[in-house]
Amino acid sequence: MTTTTVSDNRFSRGLRGFRIPPVFVFLIIVFLVGGVLDQLFSDGQIFTNPAIMLNIIVRSVALGIVAVGQTLVILGASIDLSVAYTISITAVMSSYIMQGDPTKVPLALLGVFGIGAAIGLVNGLVITKLHVNSFIATLGTSLIIAGIINATFSNYTGSVPREFEYFGYGTIGPVPVSIIVLAVMFIGGWLLLSRTKFGSHLYGVGGNAEVSRLSGLRTDRVLIGAHVLCSLTAVLAGVFLVSQMRSGAPWVGPNGVYDLNSIAVTVIGGTALSGGKGGVWGTLAGVLIFGVLDTVFNQLGVNPYLKIVLQGAIVVLAVASYTFRSKEEPA
Amino acid sequence: MTTTAMKSPAGTNKALQSIWAWIRKIPPVYVLFLVVYIALAYLNPNLFATSNGIMTFLRRSSPLAVLAIGEMFVLALGGFDLSIGSLVTLVVLASSLLLNNDPAKAYPTIGIMLGLGLLIGLTNGLVVSYLKVPSFIVTLGMMLLVRGGALYWVGGAPRGYLTDNWRAFGRNYIEHVPVLGRVPYALIILLVITAITYFLFHRTNYGRQILAIGDNVRASRLSGSRIELVRVVTFVICSLCAIIGGVMIGGYGGVNVTIGQGLEMQTIAACVVGGVMLLGGKGSVPNAIFGAFTMQALVELLNLLGLPKPYKDAVQGIIIIAAVAYSAYSTRRKR
Repeated sequence: MTTTTVSDNRFSRGLRGFRIPPVFVFLIIVFLVGGVLDQLFSDGQIFTNPAIMLNIIVRSVALGIVAVGQTLVILGASIDLSVAYTISITAVMSSYIMQGDPTKVPLALLGVFGIGAAIGLVNGLVITKLHVNSFIATLGTSLIIAGIINATFSNYTGSVPREFEYFGYGTIGPVPVSIIVLAVMFIGGWLLLSRTKFGSHLYGVGGNAEVSRLSGLRTDRVLIGAHVLCSLTAVLAGVFLVSQMRSGAPWVGPNGVYDLNSIAVTVIGGTALSGGKGGVWGTLAGVLIFGVLDTVFNQLGVNPYLKIVLQGAIVVLAVASYTFRSKEEPA
Repeated sequence: MTTTAMKSPAGTNKALQSIWAWIRKIPPVYVLFLVVYIALAYLNPNLFATSNGIMTFLRRSSPLAVLAIGEMFVLALGGFDLSIGSLVTLVVLASSLLLNNDPAKAYPTIGIMLGLGLLIGLTNGLVVSYLKVPSFIVTLGMMLLVRGGALYWVGGAPRGYLTDNWRAFGRNYIEHVPVLGRVPYALIILLVITAITYFLFHRTNYGRQILAIGDNVRASRLSGSRIELVRVVTFVICSLCAIIGGVMIGGYGGVNVTIGQGLEMQTIAACVVGGVMLLGGKGSVPNAIFGAFTMQALVELLNLLGLPKPYKDAVQGIIIIAAVAYSAYSTRRKR
């Protein structure tokens, strides 16, 4: 008896901070309902074809990568509306610098990650030092980036070398590289939040910034760090998208609505917009819900406008599926 | 006699001080608006310094002001309403369909739109209140739902035209008004809405409860506020303002599928420039209106300077941040 408890303890300690968020129930329901509808009204590939399962995840990679960053920022009681245009500037700049030349890949990556870090730094500094509300601050930087890239580039610019497409299309064994990257991002985000000082500080700052500050935390630095990380994840998503598209265009980010969608999946995953509560695993469920919906709608051939309507309704239902019993006050 | 003579310098000093204190209490948005508008008037006195020009400016900025009033109610409550942009799209697309080029249907159509607005606001408020979903998500979902629904309804492309009497609210003027010359309908609508909402927000218990709930929901709950009722009414007011704003915007903008896109962000920015605090607890009807005027004046200033659209976006971004940073700075200094 005693030995089992000890090993149980060790096991639960190993998974400290790993709790299955309630929204996974909703994910399973969406998947099952979608699959059954697919059986009844289409060719039933969702349940029978494993390639479709893989495809659901591959479609979610870009959103998933940004959503990890967005989760960090929202946990810190902040928000980042500039991720969509950060993705755009990354896509455009990297293919512009590369111009199809494999030797320029490192330079391009250095460039775009530098730009991303700068954007995150500006966001963080404006929010913490100028005391501008994060919603407005990142809306502002988003407008600024949009202005710069729309003034400089009109449509597809440059191209990425064939070797670079490995990120978007390559596989290791049967598993696409992009899925491995996505998994690494989520595990990394989880470890960062549950195992590092930065993670606990971020929860503290998001939960109550004033108390954290009075107990000696450098709250500004934590929040700036979260914003830099968030912008870097947006850059990674942009790099992934450009490797799939082969050439970058300024409309990549806003067309995918990565700003509002990344916030939506984060909140669907149970992270509170007021900060301090939540984690990356819930966000993963949110991302997968979006992926499953996308695939189900495609399979069933739903009218594109009806698709938007259903998506809107399901976003609300997904959050309602676990909030309706809560005793907390909504905002 | 001598005592009053002795006192008088101190008295004037005190009077000056109180005037200075009064000036310092003026919200920064008015200073900002004056600066931008004076720049406009200086650069193009014909268009902005004549009474005709001022009236035209007011016509163009009234719709955003109406949207901002509604959004301010929700923001002050501590929520967000992201659905207003798609409500504007809905008004324009659905009206063009329902009107069917028949001017006689203009008023019933507007009535139907207001009914839809009521329904949408009611849904927003009820879902937030009883399913406890954060308003950011509820209204984000509503934005998708309304936009998708409107496009599905008209089949993806706008059909028909908006009749002239429908468009009059956003486009026409009452001519030959003494002193002012001509007065746009839009301004009169704005004034009526301002009067109603000012009374509701600043003079009734309901308005005080909005601010109290925005400041601290739990405390308001414990002190017996009927939070659900207040919240539902507030979302309904916001949606109705969005519908009215939509009629005005459609009036001068015409039928266009993307007419409402991004308006929610512009409106929220206008409110914040007007000193409304996101996440609740602070707001004012006149300040929100002047926030909207400032945003509109800013856009026109950038137009006047002849900047191409992308640069206008960038400059607008910088100015929004600067405006909010300035008002954050001045409120901190006062404390």
